[in-house]
Amino acid sequence: MPRVTLETVDHVARLAHLSLTAQERETFTRQLEQVLAYAESIQALDVSGVEPMSHAAATGVFREDVVREGLPRETVLAAAPDADPESGLFRVPRVLGG
Amino acid sequence: MSAGFATAAEIARGVSRGEISAEAVTREHLDIIARRDRGLDAFLTVTAERALAQARAVDASRAARSTLGPLAGVPIAIKDVLDIEGVPTTCGSRMLERYRPPFTATAVARLERAGAIVLGKTNMDEFAMGSSTENSAFKPTRNPWDRSRVPGGSSGGSAVAVSAGMVPVALGTDTGGSIRQPAALCGVVGLKPTYGRVSRYGLVAFASSLDQVGPLTRTVEDAALVTSVLAGVDAADATSAPVEVPDFRAALSEDLASLRVGVPWSFLEHGVEAGVTSAFRVALADLEAAGARIVEIALPHAAHAIATYYIVATAEASSNLARFDGVRYGLRVDAPDLRRMYGETRDRGFGPEVKRRIILGTFVLSAGYYDSYYLRAQQVRTLIRRDFEQAFLSCDVVAMPTTPRPAFRLGEKTSDPLQMYLEDIFTVPANLAGIPGLSLPCGFVDGVPVGFQLLGRPFDETTLFRGGHAYQQRTAHHRAVPPGLE
Repeated sequence: MPRVTLETVDHVARLAHLSLTAQERETFTRQLEQVLAYAESIQALDVSGVEPMSHAAATGVFREDVVREGLPRETVLAAAPDADPESGLFRVPRVLGG
Repeated sequence: MSAGFATAAEIARGVSRGEISAEAVTREHLDIIARRDRGLDAFLTVTAERALAQARAVDASRAARSTLGPLAGVPIAIKDVLDIEGVPTTCGSRMLERYRPPFTATAVARLERAGAIVLGKTNMDEFAMGSSTENSAFKPTRNPWDRSRVPGGSSGGSAVAVSAGMVPVALGTDTGGSIRQPAALCGVVGLKPTYGRVSRYGLVAFASSLDQVGPLTRTVEDAALVTSVLAGVDAADATSAPVEVPDFRAALSEDLASLRVGVPWSFLEHGVEAGVTSAFRVALADLEAAGARIVEIALPHAAHAIATYYIVATAEASSNLARFDGVRYGLRVDAPDLRRMYGETRDRGFGPEVKRRIILGTFVLSAGYYDSYYLRAQQVRTLIRRDFEQAFLSCDVVAMPTTPRPAFRLGEKTSDPLQMYLEDIFTVPANLAGIPGLSLPCGFVDGVPVGFQLLGRPFDETTLFRGGHAYQQRTAHHRAVPPGLE
């Protein structure tokens, strides 16, 4: 089993775009370790040659490629925390620099 | 019988025959919610105006002699994870506290088209992650049988709304037991349909390969009636199955001659409380009395279901919940740059259980761990599904308790997430395998309800309903009313 450290949790939180408090970092480190220790049981199973199951649904469902109306742009923009209906864009804080 | 405990079948019959108006039924149930929900907190939103307008429309169609739908005038409640245009959909989360969706979920639209009247949205664990409804960002819901106990979760509000006679039908969603477990702990019926049976369009996704929408009711007859309306292929959900939907209610029967009920006795050695085991054994004897034959089966990989589930479900959740980033909808916490805006929005918007699952899910998908966790769990998932395929060669349904214990007390398990996860041991196998499961009340332990479930072959809800209906014809557990509501 991998060793779960504060750095592991920091790394994963960064990947997931989560800012964690100092308290959360420690709690999640301990709990992640606990859950992974429990999940260790599946490491002992022989799964060689077993197909992974990603879905219970039938795969390969097709439909006609026809154009359909989506939601009106104004309706979608109206649900956004910040948007510019004029230009039809979502507005976000600065991406580069700063 | 006290107010509010009429079934959907009785109400629809009364409304269709003109014995009572949909508006009167709606007013009566809104009034019951106003009185009973204080202290139970099953509802997050009550949509009284909208409901009355819809009820009057049903009454107007009857006056115009139009044919009414099979759920004409039936009051229903909707778990707050399913969208209704213009009505808040919070998912029990600060992230969506002010969100009003611009469209309606197919499951809800089908019920309304059949004449059902939505009375409101019910409380739930945040983003359907939890087994107690304590993870709601807004308030916990309490079990009407003992208010110091949880109602189960994540569809706890829906289970309580039905159990306390506020509505005869509520919709829930079941990713790892979130319909069946609260149904069992509140003494009502809950169906998780086969994966693909009911459209997920308009359902806020938790784990897309496991999530299913289904009904909570007091009788199996009502569950059958509602499922015939809910089920069926939907162009808006590519995973909805093009499989014919039978009239489930017409197929009910009281005789179970030749039904083979498989019991995985060795799997049930996983710490089931004695009272639950004895209630389960009595239920098996009742099924036998109705003509069923009990056979022993094995589910050798089911012991690994919790480990498998919490890897697969959190992996999918971490991906699904990436969309809550403060850009297109929901909460935004202002910050000087984009990256900090994402982080602070997600920190403030998500509660502890959701963050915990995002962390776990992101970890099992991350470089270096994908093969040994996520891929391996998907392989074990195949083994679990094969166990059921093997079992269904020698039986027609599998029976087991829905939960290992009756409802626990509020706060009892919140500090130990792993202990909370282990409560799902008997419900998650059906989600992993994609098969249907019907939970039925089968008695009381310490004065609170417990349940057992019947699991079936894919798309064979018919046999589950037959078994459950025959059981309810011979037993009275589903007619018990919580104390103080008689």
